Amino acid sequence: MTTALQVSRRKFLAGSTAATAGLSLGFHVPFAGNAAAQGAMAPELNAWVVIRPDDTIVVRIARSEMGQGTLTGLAQLVVEELEGDWSKVTTEYPTPGQNLARNRVWQSYSTGGSRGIRESNEYVRKGGAAAREMLIQAAANAWGVPASECKAAKSVVTHTPSGRTTTYGKVAEAAGKLEPPKDIKLKDPKDWTIAGKPLARLDTAEKLTGKQIYGTDLKLPGMLNASIKDCPVFGGKVKSFDAAKVQGMPGVKKVVQVGDSAVAVVADTWWRAKTALDALPIVWDEGPNAKLSSDGIAQWLKEGLDATDNVFVGNQAGDAKGALATAAKKVEAVYSYPYQNHATMEPMNATALWTPDKCEVWTPTQNGEAALAAATEASGLPIAKVDVHKIHLGGGFGRRGAFHDYVRQAVAIAKQMPGTPIKLIWTREEDMMHGAYHPVTQCKLVGGLDDKGNLTALHMRISGQSIQAAVRPEGLQNGKDPIVFQGLNPSGPEAAIGYTVPNVLIDHAMRNPPVPPGFWRGVNLNQNALYLECFIDEIAHAAGQDPLEFRRKLMANHPKHLAVLNTVAEGVGWGKPAAKGVFRGLAQTMGYGSYVAGAAEVSLDDKGQLKIHRIVAATDPGHVVNPEQVARQVEGSFVYGLSAALYGECTVKGGRIEQENFDTYNVMRINEMPQVEAHAVPSGGFWGGVGEPTIAVAAPAVLNAIFAATGKRIRNLPLKNHDLGRA
Amino acid sequence: MAKLNVNGTVHTVEVEPDTPLLWVIREQLGMTGTKYGCGIAQCGACTVHIDGAATRSCSLPVSAVSESQKIVTIEGLSPDGQHPVQKAWLALDVPQCGYCQVGMIMASAALLARTPKPTDADIDAEITNICRCGTYNRVRAGIKLAAEGGEMRRG
Repeated sequence: MTTALQVSRRKFLAGSTAATAGLSLGFHVPFAGNAAAQGAMAPELNAWVVIRPDDTIVVRIARSEMGQGTLTGLAQLVVEELEGDWSKVTTEYPTPGQNLARNRVWQSYSTGGSRGIRESNEYVRKGGAAAREMLIQAAANAWGVPASECKAAKSVVTHTPSGRTTTYGKVAEAAGKLEPPKDIKLKDPKDWTIAGKPLARLDTAEKLTGKQIYGTDLKLPGMLNASIKDCPVFGGKVKSFDAAKVQGMPGVKKVVQVGDSAVAVVADTWWRAKTALDALPIVWDEGPNAKLSSDGIAQWLKEGLDATDNVFVGNQAGDAKGALATAAKKVEAVYSYPYQNHATMEPMNATALWTPDKCEVWTPTQNGEAALAAATEASGLPIAKVDVHKIHLGGGFGRRGAFHDYVRQAVAIAKQMPGTPIKLIWTREEDMMHGAYHPVTQCKLVGGLDDKGNLTALHMRISGQSIQAAVRPEGLQNGKDPIVFQGLNPSGPEAAIGYTVPNVLIDHAMRNPPVPPGFWRGVNLNQNALYLECFIDEIAHAAGQDPLEFRRKLMANHPKHLAVLNTVAEGVGWGKPAAKGVFRGLAQTMGYGSYVAGAAEVSLDDKGQLKIHRIVAATDPGHVVNPEQVARQVEGSFVYGLSAALYGECTVKGGRIEQENFDTYNVMRINEMPQVEAHAVPSGGFWGGVGEPTIAVAAPAVLNAIFAATGKRIRNLPLKNHDLGRA
Repeated sequence: MAKLNVNGTVHTVEVEPDTPLLWVIREQLGMTGTKYGCGIAQCGACTVHIDGAATRSCSLPVSAVSESQKIVTIEGLSPDGQHPVQKAWLALDVPQCGYCQVGMIMASAALLARTPKPTDADIDAEITNICRCGTYNRVRAGIKLAAEGGEMRRG
């Protein structure tokens, strides 16, 4: 598996070419001690576990760490089954090239959809358990006793009858030569001592001293730096550029075209590359979208609210239209959701080294294998000659999972300068204008009440953009994008609606504007929960009923949804008086396998200035691997969700995004941050994710509280566009 | 040519005078703890101390800094990562992705140096750095823990 690495290492030691030396040195710097690169020194027990002679436990992590804590959580699961000593744990990333060479022994590298733990928990635990059995067997063999007389705890194997002990480090080499056990029984989560506990993160210390290396920090010998400008108009191209104008500027090495739509300057430092790029005259062919605007897009989506063409049904029961026609009372509302940028704190970046024989990329990525595929395509080399070294991410949120445009660009530049490592860093402006945006939709909701105030019919017509149609059309089912209906499905772990309404129709008029959409933390659950949870609130008020009681009546068949809603209602004190001037709102949804709810307390001053005082949140993810980490993800979800609710909007004018930096794309700061009380209420029996679902309840809980405070129903975000002053 | 006193050492660097201090620190001096986030002094990822004041280095031309001014970066905040803010951050596991945290730590250390017992209002006014992962409540708790200077244990 480490052939490529060993080859480059030997070449380096033999004093080979500068490029190869760079390769090896580059590997040496950020990945020193990588056990995958030191196979001979510390044989692995299996793909997941290496134990060194000094008892150090190296847990291999295939998913990416981007702040969400998966690195620590996955290690907890492995070491729980391993019966290892937690104080001796380190982690490392096997490369996607190594995964490919070993027939995908580490399975998926994809770190999105809140899947890091929920989808891999079983096989990583089995990896830890298999390693434990092999270590016990090796100790038993050394002692000449049956393995059944031995047990393991904290990296020590004990022969119970004699009391003899040995450590994992002493028997690891022999254990690595044994056949892996066939039948592996995993522990009952109630017996966990490492998993399920609020252990400290494994990756904090270096983030406090500046030592943590992010992609932007990478240094390779002989490396040059690149700054890039892609055509600001979506779908536009480079017509011409005048390289001679900047060739003589300080530090400039080369001006290159990248694909048909971008130009990059390569210089000794990044700042000089950027300075020269800013001075470079570029003429763009703005292409067919030069007149595209937010207004035009909104008009197109509005037409879709009543259209009959290109409409797909996601959830249907009874006869919603018939029931609405005969309802005693009808409530109707139209909502919308804007484009939003992920705005990771670390802008997109990648470092590439290309030679005719090999291409290596160092990059922050949520999916190493997708990055490898992108690098391979751009390199023109066979995949076996390409590899990607994952670097800790300065934020992901979905931007660095399915989209590796920045990897393709870095490789395309490096290919024009063979043998020289090129670090490409986007400016914040490039990052804002070339996102993979949260898609736009509008939604028309019609609810029907009978004469007793029961909701008998609901029609939700979503009109707007499909991510899959743009990103992976193979995911469409006869044209329908099932992901559009996140949170609104009739059943299933991937987001089932929490209400039983006798007559339901939820359909989608697909309208795909030429602004590239992407998976933005929470994805379609964000707007779907907002539409449904605010509208349920509207109907409850129209029926003259308490929003909590009204929901409860519809949730009898959805006990897990109801349980988290009840938790937040109790936590926030629903039904009891709030502090003077403070008003409350509720929301619940299901997504990524988990059940979530939020309650918000807000107040508004006479000028309509909103203050969000307190959030009470509840999450049922089935099992909790690290309760502190779940709390952090829930707190962070409110920052992400409320930033979007307060400020998040990318508008389009002249075919380009108007917001180029944080001055016009504002986000929440500490002074606006509410107190968050996060309740983890795992009910067991299933595995759900926690990184994303909670985001979806942030905005509707606050919007419902704003309605309670003002009587104003906000139906489109962000709130900065609304005057919340009392009418 | 510029002369800069960074973390107690005077460095002479050959660089265009309008180069932002951030990029001199990162590229000419090779200290990458200080981060680029926006380039327009909005996000605070580039925060360093200049004569003790939290300063956004991405928008400050190197020519505006003189040799007599003492610049401190995260690499020089403490010799061993044991500044009270760093200890509090470790105790509470404040960072998520961590990219903004160096700026948060530098801004918090400057606040505490001037205002040893900051109120919530002080924190709201002085800590305007952007965090996208959402660590704000733990940043606030971290500042208060550092201000207390009490026993810090890690879970």
